[in-house]
Amino acid sequence: MLILDNLWIILALPLLGAAINGLLGKNFSKPAVNSVGIGSVALSFLCVVELLREFAQLSAAQIPWVKNYFTWITAGQFRVDFSLQVDQLTLVMLGVVTFVSLLVHIYSTGYMAHEEGYYRFFSYLNLFVFFMLTLVLAANVVLMFVGWEGVGLCSYLLIGFWFLKQSAISAGKKAFITTRIGDFGFTVGILLLFWTFHSVDFRAVFQQAANMPTEAFAPAGVLTIICLLLFAGAIGKSAQLPLYVWLPDAMEGPTPVSALIHAATMVTAGVYMVARMNPLFSRAPFAMFIVALVGALTAFYAATIGLVQTDIKKVLAYSTVSQLGYMFLGLGVGSYAAGIFHLMTHAFFKGLLFLAAGSVIHAMGGDQEMPHMGGLRTKIPITFWTMFIATFAIAGIPGFAGFFSKDEILDAARSGPHANIWLWLLGLIGAGLTSFYMFRLIFLTFFGKPRYDEHKVHVHESPKSMTVPLILLAILSAVGGWVAAPHLVGGTDYFEKFVHPVFATYAPNELEHTHLLREAGAPEIRVLHPDEPPVYPGHAPEWLKALAGPPVIVALIGLLLAWWFYIKSPDTPKKLAQSLRGPYTVILHKYYVDELYNAAIIQPLLWISTNVLWHVVDEGLIDGTVNGTARVARESGAQLREIQSGNARTYASWVVIGAVGVTLLMLGLWGMGR
Amino acid sequence: MNVVPISYYLVLSAILFGLGVVAFVFKRNIITIFMAIELMLNAVNLAFVAFARAHNQLDGLVFVFFVIVVAAAEAAVGLAIAITVYQNRRTLNIEQINLLKF
Repeated sequence: MLILDNLWIILALPLLGAAINGLLGKNFSKPAVNSVGIGSVALSFLCVVELLREFAQLSAAQIPWVKNYFTWITAGQFRVDFSLQVDQLTLVMLGVVTFVSLLVHIYSTGYMAHEEGYYRFFSYLNLFVFFMLTLVLAANVVLMFVGWEGVGLCSYLLIGFWFLKQSAISAGKKAFITTRIGDFGFTVGILLLFWTFHSVDFRAVFQQAANMPTEAFAPAGVLTIICLLLFAGAIGKSAQLPLYVWLPDAMEGPTPVSALIHAATMVTAGVYMVARMNPLFSRAPFAMFIVALVGALTAFYAATIGLVQTDIKKVLAYSTVSQLGYMFLGLGVGSYAAGIFHLMTHAFFKGLLFLAAGSVIHAMGGDQEMPHMGGLRTKIPITFWTMFIATFAIAGIPGFAGFFSKDEILDAARSGPHANIWLWLLGLIGAGLTSFYMFRLIFLTFFGKPRYDEHKVHVHESPKSMTVPLILLAILSAVGGWVAAPHLVGGTDYFEKFVHPVFATYAPNELEHTHLLREAGAPEIRVLHPDEPPVYPGHAPEWLKALAGPPVIVALIGLLLAWWFYIKSPDTPKKLAQSLRGPYTVILHKYYVDELYNAAIIQPLLWISTNVLWHVVDEGLIDGTVNGTARVARESGAQLREIQSGNARTYASWVVIGAVGVTLLMLGLWGMGR
Repeated sequence: MNVVPISYYLVLSAILFGLGVVAFVFKRNIITIFMAIELMLNAVNLAFVAFARAHNQLDGLVFVFFVIVVAAAEAAVGLAIAITVYQNRRTLNIEQINLLKF
């Protein structure tokens, strides 16, 4: 019970690394910075592995395992402890975060080798890992919020890592401010949560929530409002409609950062949070519907933008937004396990895609435009093969990681407890689009003839420090989904079985729940025993049905279309773009959303800030008051100064005038001398 | 006995004091201003003595002695200052002795 009793050590290691590198790293050699940066995360990863072993020995009653270290805030009834907890969901997140972080750290030693501020980069990365681990280990919602804001800060710092570049600074600010809008909702949600349950502790809140009935779809009760407010935070952090705009811009940061923060871990914090809050969400059907709706719309919408992007990282960025949408779709239709499963597989294959894209950019000498690439397949074979595997995974080709997770989500959307056929359809089309734009990326980058100047660009494979993480992630992208595979042949979904207790312990009363769903016209639902993993009806036990199901078919259609467009007859896209000029232009400009936000929100705010807040309130009111006070003092002083002339005879005159005055007063007013 | 009424003394005292004040305010020479101060002090002394006589009490007379002592001391210090000022500045005009004035 070494780690279980000392949970803090998982957090402390990256923090220590960040402190050492950040404070002293300037004078360190690169190997020293590397060993501190990688060493701290590697130790943290080993702790998580050991934690996994120890966790397996706990009895069901001991989970979630909570460790209370000290009381952080007390104010009347309001009390926040610094307490950490471990359950199955935490373990999944811990594993993903520490493992991907470790690989990204190793990769960065190669990718960032020639950059200024090397130590600063590693310090920020370690700090990020610390905050991310705080987020997933927190046993109450306030401590979770600390991690939540901390990762936002690190995201800001790392997007703006090249702080001499104007676009990088703007992107950092955009990310920070946009997520802040969602966080406002999150904060209000926390307050409402405390108001309702008189506690911010997960266990206490969930135990009370377990006794509350499932709320009606409409009118919504307090649980629904709490959930919607919390989800607002998730929308900002996980880049969903309408707050997704910061994520594509965040690609200004170094590529390892995009892989770690803006693909694998931080942006999934919203998914984690909703899954963590499942006892509340499960009792708020309307909030669930909104989660699923936002997820499905985002999945489809971002995928369409991904179709026409030419910057390799931008395609991946929109793809990330879209895949996060799938996760929320999974959560929203009630299949929390599928959402978390997709979070995990996505961390592998999207982390890999970004790292591989970084390797491509590295090979191209910094060029990110796909129209400048082509034919890189033979030049950088390791990058090609790993990226190819990741593309198979994200497209949902059977056998690869993404296939299992995406299939589960779409299956739940079609036949799960909160199924909705329209959302399923959106997700399905999105899956086809995903397959298309991902294979488009592969074909444009690696196939065909080179379109760059071979005399100027010397394409070369990346160093071992970069290719080894690629290979490790490629293995996971290929086999990472197999834990769920036996399910297809009628066996157990081991992932779902593992995380099931987290979502079943405080689940709403099944009978009542089923009754509500029947009223809503849902297909037949089996009543679950809490210990039994759910088996959704229609989730084909026959492997054939899954392999030849609609998601696979649309993925293959996407693959074939991409092949037709970009290999067989490369003129087709241009012709199509010309014949569909209108829609093409709209999508190319990302639906003009940035322009719309600029005109509808930013410009009015800027106008009010400049003309009202600045010129009237600040300059007029505040400066006026301050300067006015000073002017009154100065001018009255200037006047009064005249009296104190320093001239003895003037003083004497005042004395005489005073004496005469007092005498007259005594005589006249007080009537003395009579 | 034909006693001079006290009001005579007081009026004389007031006139002397007034002259002293006027001289103090309007004269520019330090020596003259000292003389004005002496004049005012002695005008007050006269009033004290007159009251002491009228009320047959010694308090007023004691006061007068004190005033004379203070006036003597003040004249000694003041005249010393006046001499020093004159040695340094070659003038006794109070208008021109204004180095410490803001």
